[in-house]
Order: sequence, then structure tokens, then C-alpha cells
Amino acid sequence: MGGRLTFVQGNEACVEAALYAGLDFFAGYPITPSTEIAELMSVRLPLKGGRFMQMEDEIASICAIIGASLTGKKVLTATSGPGFSLMQEGLGFAIMAEIPCVIVDVQRGGPSTGLPTKVSQGDVNQARWGVHGDHSIIALTASNHQDVFAITVEAFNFSETYRTPVILLFDEVIGHMRERLEIPAPGEIPLVERLKTSVREGVDYHPYLPREDGRLPMSDFGGVHRYNVTGLFHDMWGFPSDNPRVVHELLRHLVDKIEGHVVELTRYKEYFVDDAEILLISYGASARSALHVVVDRRKRGERIGLLELQTIWPFPAALVREKSKNARYVVVVEMNMGQLLQSVKEAVERPERVFLSNRVDGVLITPEDIRNILRLIQGKGV
Amino acid sequence: MAKLKLKTHVINRDWCKGCGICVHFCPKKVLELDENDKVVAARPQDCVCCKLCELRCPDLAIEVQTEQE
Amino acid sequence: MAVGDYLRERFFPHIWCPGCGHGIVLNGLLRTVENMGLKKNDIVMVSGIGCSSRIAGYLDFHTLHTLHGRALAFAVGVKMSRPELTVLVPMGDGDALSIGGNHFIHACRRNIDMTAIVMNNRVYGMTGGQYSPLSGYGTMATTAPYTNIDQEFDVVNIATAAGATFVARTTAYHVQQLADVLEEAIRHKGFSVVEVMSQCPTYFGRKNKEGSAVDMMEKMKTLTTPIGSKAKQENPSLIERGIFVKKEMPEYCTEYQRIIERAMKGK
Repeated sequence: MGGRLTFVQGNEACVEAALYAGLDFFAGYPITPSTEIAELMSVRLPLKGGRFMQMEDEIASICAIIGASLTGKKVLTATSGPGFSLMQEGLGFAIMAEIPCVIVDVQRGGPSTGLPTKVSQGDVNQARWGVHGDHSIIALTASNHQDVFAITVEAFNFSETYRTPVILLFDEVIGHMRERLEIPAPGEIPLVERLKTSVREGVDYHPYLPREDGRLPMSDFGGVHRYNVTGLFHDMWGFPSDNPRVVHELLRHLVDKIEGHVVELTRYKEYFVDDAEILLISYGASARSALHVVVDRRKRGERIGLLELQTIWPFPAALVREKSKNARYVVVVEMNMGQLLQSVKEAVERPERVFLSNRVDGVLITPEDIRNILRLIQGKGV
Repeated sequence: MAKLKLKTHVINRDWCKGCGICVHFCPKKVLELDENDKVVAARPQDCVCCKLCELRCPDLAIEVQTEQE
Repeated sequence: MAVGDYLRERFFPHIWCPGCGHGIVLNGLLRTVENMGLKKNDIVMVSGIGCSSRIAGYLDFHTLHTLHGRALAFAVGVKMSRPELTVLVPMGDGDALSIGGNHFIHACRRNIDMTAIVMNNRVYGMTGGQYSPLSGYGTMATTAPYTNIDQEFDVVNIATAAGATFVARTTAYHVQQLADVLEEAIRHKGFSVVEVMSQCPTYFGRKNKEGSAVDMMEKMKTLTTPIGSKAKQENPSLIERGIFVKKEMPEYCTEYQRIIERAMKGK
């Protein structure tokens, strides 16, 4: 990589990546532990002619970025649990109206105001199901700053490719921890730009008629095509419709465009998985401790591996099933009461062999915590 | 400006919902609702082309077409 | 009429009830846009949820029909990204001042150049006649069967207090004033609020025994008066119409452009 070397917080890595991806507009509201993203955006965006706004709340923040996205801009907001709850309404709108945008949730302990300055991975299921009504969603995460950078760029790319909001589920440890980040040179990571319609002025343009490949070319607000955008079920022109066929087809489209591309959307890393008898499955900050255990035990010849998921939703069930098929035990390592555990159990052949190693007290799960569970599973006592 | 002279009242019967606002507020009582509760220009000869009916129609169902006298 | 050029005529007749004041607002807005010679491609209309918000679907602009109360928040994102566009935000009274109250006051405070049109019919019509924050003490509604004990907001006062730099009120009866005020609001460089008293004969009118749409418009004539009129001095209960506030203040998008210049110069 021919990039620039820095020593930054994860939140800063996210900012660098968003700017690298071509971010034009950020709207947000201060909330720990995501605030550094807003602060840094207020400094950096105007330097490149972009725009930063501090809104009156998180509801307004997500609405503002959706409005900006419709004018052709790449947009971002950042928040944490309580703010993420407030954003669900706007998130649903962006899903329904198919507006590209990226939402960062730097997770902290909850429910409610919870543990503002402490780590958690408790929003995994809110990311999946926080929006009412049937839908599908893309949620990504990472366990170190180089990956935070790459996955943030990927979030923008997915958002443009699939015309849908993408959630970045980071956590307090990743957000605040400082480590090395090498910022790639421009062009090193490919960027997906907004797919613009080639329909000429005066020719009927269908903002909601997918091409053969499923993608929907857009026309910017202020451009030559005037159309309607609504959170109601709508026809191919964007006008409200309760025609059962239209409703059914739109809902199928919204779900299928994501669930039908799980392979393309799956990002993961694996360590010593091929011959692993014990497979750890983890993500985000938890995966750091899991990797520590795996590396440590491999030195002693133990057949243990780690599958680190970077794509949380859509859940890569086929991948998890494949990678765990030779394992005697699967241990899901996460900082919640087993939110991803359920999806893993559904994916594997033998769900009774899936165990949870977790921590939900606001403290980063440690290698020792994981080792204790392994001893219990292996019948060695704690 | 020359005085406006009425050409015709163009009434969109599909859009008219028969609320009677135009009828009531017409200063010259030109308009009436017919048996289907749709507006008609009953006394067009009295029209002074003030176009208040057109401006106040919630259904955009009346246009007062005029020409220069 | 050339106003047809601005309509999506295939959706007519519109969904509003016979005699609904919202249709008159649509009518007035069309004429304003035509008189001003605005280009359809340069207008973005952002609306929320409710009877009022359906206005966006009928107009051949760039139209964004959003969430209940959130229209201004979406509109801010549009305007900040494309400040050269004309942004119109029609809202209902509950939409603007109940669920959207926070967005409303903050939009007033920021002074971002757009026009908020509060179509105030004092009721939640789309859901069938519940009281709104503009219904007022002593009115009846489906959720105030024994009479409403909620005091009402005054749209003009709240917009003024929150810092809007253009604040006006008119009614669906006063159609010439409606077009004039809308034009002045759209031309104003800053955040403009236009309250239009609009009749809902179906719910507010029926629940409160106010008669037909015609009767309700007759009341708009008799219960309102131009700002500072002699009639107001004699009868303080009259509601004033006209332009209450019109002042020059730094506009948000213009100010942000200066931020960009300052940042780029390294200051």
C-alpha cells in the first residue's frame, strides 16, 4: 500500500474512510461513543467543499441525510444505541424509498441510556429488526482500524450498488481505541459511484423499475426527471399504490435484492479454520480476544480456529454452515446475551454443539473469559 | 389595462365535487349547482370575469376564459 | 389555464373531501409558481404525512413525501446539498407543530432559505378527526368527546419566537392575499412560514357545528382582519392576517458557504 500512516481512533478511521469513499454530506447529533465522528466531520468536510450539519436530534439527522442523498450526494450519519433507536423510522423510509445512505452505530451498553462510555454489541438485533415491517438490511462491522477503514468504504459501495441504507455496527472499544491505520492511496480501493439513469429529458423515467441486473439507476433531485419519492408502497414512478400485485412485488424486491446477494455481500476473515475442532465465531472488538485465544492455543498445537464475520446482516448462513461442518464445537463470542448465537444455531448442522461465550457488563470480553468457556465445554472445569 | 370580456366558463365536471364555494362567493350569482351537484354557469351574461370562482375552487375545476374587450 | 402544466393531472380528481381548504391552497400555490415563472425542475416539494402532505403528489415538481412531522428535516438535507433549488414544505398543523414541532422551531432558528406552508385546519383529518395542537380549548374532536382542554399554539407567535425571518398568516377565503403572501415568502431569502387557515368541513366543521365549507369560509371573512386594523382595536378577538415578520438575517446555506471558504483558507 502506498498510503499515509496514522495512529488514530476507530471513529477517526471511519471518518477517513468515508471521506475516501467520497462523502459529501454528514448530519448528526452528539452522542457517546460516536461523537468524535461528528466532530471530525465538522473539520474535514468543509475542507473538501462538503457540508456538515449538527441537527436537533437523531430523527432529523437521518432525515437530512436522506434528503441530501436524493440530490446525488454520498451521505453519512453516526450515532449510538439511543440515537439509533430514534433513527429507525428514517431508516425504514430509506429502505422503502431505496435511498443510499450509511449509518454508523458505535454500540454502547443498553437498553436505554445504559452505559454511555462502555462497550457492548447489544444492537445486533436492533440493526436487523429495529425497523417495523418486513425488510432486509445490510450491517457490517470490523475488529481493527485497517478493517474499519475497508469496511466503511465497502458500506458506501454496497449502499450505492443496492440502493439501500447500510449500517456500520462498530462498538465503543473499536471507536475509541487508538491503533495504526495506513490510509490507502486514492484509487487503491475501488469506489462505486451513484448509478445515474441514461434516460434523456422528456422520456418517461421509472425511478423504481429495476434493470435486468436488479439495479435502479437514479436521477438527482434538481435534475431533468421529476418523480415522487414516498414511504408508502409505490409503483415504478414512485407514486403511492395499494394494488396487491404492486405491494407484493415491491416487498419481494426490497428483500430479494439483499437476501439474493448474500455471497456478494459477505465479508469475513478466517484464522486456522480448515482443521479446527473448535471453531470460534466472533466479530467486532470481541473478535480481537477470540483471535488472541486462537493464536495462543495454536502454539500449543490445539486445533482451534476463528471465523470473524464482518458482514452481520444479511447473515452469511451458508458460510457459517460450511466453515463449521468439521468442528466438534462452535463457540460464538460476542458482547450481548447471544444475539448472533441464534442465527449461528439456525445455520449449522448440529445446533446443540453451539455455545456462547459472552460478557454483558460493559467490559471488553477477555481471552480469559473465552478460555473459561472452552474449559467448561471440554470438561476441564473452570 | 383593457377590460376583460368573458369567452366561456370551462368546467371540469369530473373534478368538481359540488362543494358550492364558487356558487356562494360569486359576486354576480352566475353559477349554480345542477341536479348532479356539479357547477354550471347559469347566467354567464352577468359574469364580470373577477375569476374568484377559479381562485377559490378547491378542485381546480373551473377556468374563466376571457379575452380583451 | 396554464396552471395545468404544473399538475399531475392523472391523479385528479384529488383525494380531498368536497370543500376542503387544502385544495384552495394547492390552487393558490400553482398560481404563485406560475406568476413567478419558476421552472418545475428547480422546485423541490417536501411534505410529511396527513391530508395536507398529499399536495406533493399532485404537483409536477421533484416531490418527496416523507414521514409524519419530518418534512423540514428532509428538506434541510435537500436545500443544504442544492441551495439553488426552491424548496417548498407544505405541512398540516399536527404535522408541523405536534410531531414535527421540534423540527419546526429549529428550522425557524437556522434561517435556511425555504418556505414552510402550514395548512392549518385544526384537526387530524387523515385519521378521522382527532384534536390537534391547533384545535383550541373548548373544541370537539373524536378524541375530545367531552370538549378539548388542550390550549392551542399560535403558529405566528411560535414561528416568530423561534426566529423565522418571514412569518405570515392568511386564509383559504382570502385567495388573492394567499397568492401574494406565498410569492413574497418564496422570494424571501431565509426561512419563511405561511400559516393558511384552511377549512375541514368533514371533521372539524361537523364536530364543532360550523356548517358547510361555505359557512366556514364565511367565518374566515368575519373572524379575521388585516394586521393593525381599526377593527382589531375595537375587537381584540379578531385574528390578524398579513405579514407579521419580514427581516434580513444571515441565511444558513450562504453562511455555510463562508465556512467552506474559511476552512479552505486554513482559518
